[in-house]
Amino acid sequence: MTTHRVSAFLAPRRRLRLAGLLTAPVLWLGLVYVVALSALLVTAFWTVDELTGQVQIEWTTENVVEVVTEALYRTVTLRTLGIAALVTVIDVLIAVPVAFFMAKVAGPRLRHLLVIAVLAPLWASYLVKVYSWRALLSSDGIIEWVLSPFGLHTPGYGIIGVVLALSYLWLPYVIMPIYAGFDRVPDRLLEASADLGGRGWRTLTAVVLPMIRPAIIAGSIFAFSLSLGDYITTGIVGGTTQMLGNLVYTNVGAANNLPLAAAISLIPIGIILVYLAAVRRTGALRSL
Amino acid sequence: MQKSLPRTALRAGIASMAVASLAACGTSSSDSGSEALESLGDTEGSVSILAWPGYVEDGTNDPAVDWVSSFEEATGCMVEAKTYGTSDEAYQLMQSGGYDVVAASGDLTLRLVAADLVSPVNTDLLESYEGIFGFLKDKEWNSVDGVAYGVPHGYGANLLMFNTEEVSPAPTSWDVVFDKASDYDGKVTAYDSPIYIADAAVYLMTHSPELGIENPYALDEDQFAAAVELLKTQKESVGEYWSDYLKEIQAFESGDSVVGTTWQVIQNSISTGTTDVVLPEEGATGWSDTWMIASETEAPNCAYAWLDHIASPEINATATAYFGEAPSSEAACDFRDDCEAYHAGDEEYASQIWYWTTPVSDCVDGREDVECVDYSEWTKAWQEIKG
Repeated sequence: MTTHRVSAFLAPRRRLRLAGLLTAPVLWLGLVYVVALSALLVTAFWTVDELTGQVQIEWTTENVVEVVTEALYRTVTLRTLGIAALVTVIDVLIAVPVAFFMAKVAGPRLRHLLVIAVLAPLWASYLVKVYSWRALLSSDGIIEWVLSPFGLHTPGYGIIGVVLALSYLWLPYVIMPIYAGFDRVPDRLLEASADLGGRGWRTLTAVVLPMIRPAIIAGSIFAFSLSLGDYITTGIVGGTTQMLGNLVYTNVGAANNLPLAAAISLIPIGIILVYLAAVRRTGALRSL
Repeated sequence: MQKSLPRTALRAGIASMAVASLAACGTSSSDSGSEALESLGDTEGSVSILAWPGYVEDGTNDPAVDWVSSFEEATGCMVEAKTYGTSDEAYQLMQSGGYDVVAASGDLTLRLVAADLVSPVNTDLLESYEGIFGFLKDKEWNSVDGVAYGVPHGYGANLLMFNTEEVSPAPTSWDVVFDKASDYDGKVTAYDSPIYIADAAVYLMTHSPELGIENPYALDEDQFAAAVELLKTQKESVGEYWSDYLKEIQAFESGDSVVGTTWQVIQNSISTGTTDVVLPEEGATGWSDTWMIASETEAPNCAYAWLDHIASPEINATATAYFGEAPSSEAACDFRDDCEAYHAGDEEYASQIWYWTTPVSDCVDGREDVECVDYSEWTKAWQEIKG
C-alpha cells in the first residue's frame, strides 16, 4: 500500500510533515494577502497616463498627498466612520439581548431554532437582501405604507437607508460571537451573584458584561470593518451618498485612476489597524 | 515546543516572493501598433460583444426584438454580449480584455485608440459601409488621420424624462432639473458620470450667455467652475444618480424619481405609462456611436461579420429604432417609419446635438488663448459634486 509507505516514511520526520502541512496555506496567505496587499500599497505611489489611464511606474507621493489634503476625502472618511460606528452600535445593542435570550433563557429546542433563524439570512445572497431593502425603502414600499397613516414617511434612499441595510446585513456576524460569549458564562455564576444579593442589573454589569466583553469586541470588529469597506449597499440604497468604498470604486471603474484608488484604500486600512491596536490594548484579542 | 522551520527562513521566503511578484507587475504591455485586416477568412464560431443596453438583442428581453439569431444562423458566430452603463465602465472592461467588438460613444473611442485597445477597420471588407451617411464617416471620434477605427451605428440625444402625474405642465426646459429642481426635492435624478457636467454646460450656454460657452466639452476654468457650481446646487435636490439603466427604470416606475435625464430606450421599457420624454429647448448632449474591433481579438472574422450585419440597413433600422436613435444610413429609413422624428440624415439637426467627446486640454472649440479643463479634472470634480 502506497499510503502505508508514505506514512511510514513521514512518521519519524516531524519537520517534513509540518512543511507538507503548512506549505499550501502559507503560500496562499503569502500570495493572496501579503503580496496582493503590498502590490496595492505600492501602486499608490505610481501615476497614470492622463488619456489612456494606464498605470505608469513613476514614483510620486502626489496621490497620497491629495488624499490627505483634499476636503472631499476628509468629508467622506468622516461620513464612512460615522456610518460604520452607528451600524456597530445598533448591531451590538440588538445582539446583546438577543444573544442573552438565546444562551440563557431559551430552552435547548428553541435555542436551536433561534440559531438557525439568525444564520438563515446568510444563505441568501447579499444583493438579494440589499435590493429587498431598496424595495422596502421606496416611496411606494412597505415602510411608507406602514408609516403614512401616522403622518410619517419612509427615510428613502440615503444615509439612514445605508445604516438600516448594513445593520441588518451584519447582525448575524455580531450575534454569533456574543452568543458564544454568553454560552461560556456558567449559570452557577449568575446564581452565585443572586445568592449574594445581586439584582439583575448588578449581575449584568459586575459579572456578565466583563466576561462577554471580548465577545462584544469581536462582534464589533466584524460589523465595523465590513461597513467600512462596503460600497454596493451605498450604491443601491444610498441615494447620492458616497462612502470610501464608492470613491475607490469610481476611481477604478470610472476615473481609471488605480494609483489614486490605492491611495484612498489606505484610509480604511489605517483605520482598521488603529482599531485593532486599540482592541489589542484592551486584551480582548487574547481571549477570542 | 520544539521550533521547526527556522522563522527567518520563512520570512525570507515570503519577502522574496513579494519582491518577485512586484517585479512582475512592472513589465508594461507591448506598444506594437495594430493593423487592419487585409482579407476575411472563415468565421471562428463565437464573438464576444460589449455594448450599450439595447444594442445586442437576442429576444430574451422581448421576443419580438431579435437581431442576434439571424446573425448566428447566417455566420455560425455565437454571440456573447455584455452591456455597460457608462463609457468609463466600458473603458475599464476593454482594458481587462476578453471582448472582440465594442460599441463606443464619442467620449470613449479616442481613449480606446490611444490605449491601442482597438484596431483600424478595413472598411472595404464591409458591404454595408458604403451606404452610411457621409456626415458620420471620417469624424474626429471614429477616425484618426483618415484611418477609420470603426463603423458608425446611430446617434441621438439625452432626453429629459418626467413623471406626467407629478410634473405638470410638461416641461420644455432643463430648468426643472437645475434652477427649479427644488420643486421636486429628493426626486430629481441625473446621469452618474463625469460627462454629465456637459449637460450643465449646455444649460448654461442658454441661461448664462455671459460665460461665453461655445462647446460644452471645451470649458475653461471659469466656465467649468460655473457648471460645477450648478451641479452642486442640483445635488441638494437629487434623490439618486443613475448609471444602471435598470435602476432608473425601477426608480421612475416606483415614483422615487420623477424628473431627470434619460435615454429613449428607458422610456420604451417603462411599463407604468406614467412617464414621458422631451428634447428641451436648450438642446441636449447626445451620442454618436461606433462599432469597433478589439486589437487583441481572437475572432476577427466574426467581428467583421458583426460590423457588417449591424450596419446593414434592415438590422441597423431595427436596432436603432429599439434604442430610440437615428439610424446610420438612408437605406435604413426604408425599414423605419419614424426617421423624420429623429431627423435622420438631417445634417443641420445632427449638428445641434452636442455629441459626447472626451474633453482635452486643447479646447475642442478651437480657442487658442486658454487651456480647457481635461477629463481627469472632470472626473475629480464629479466626485466632489457628489461629495
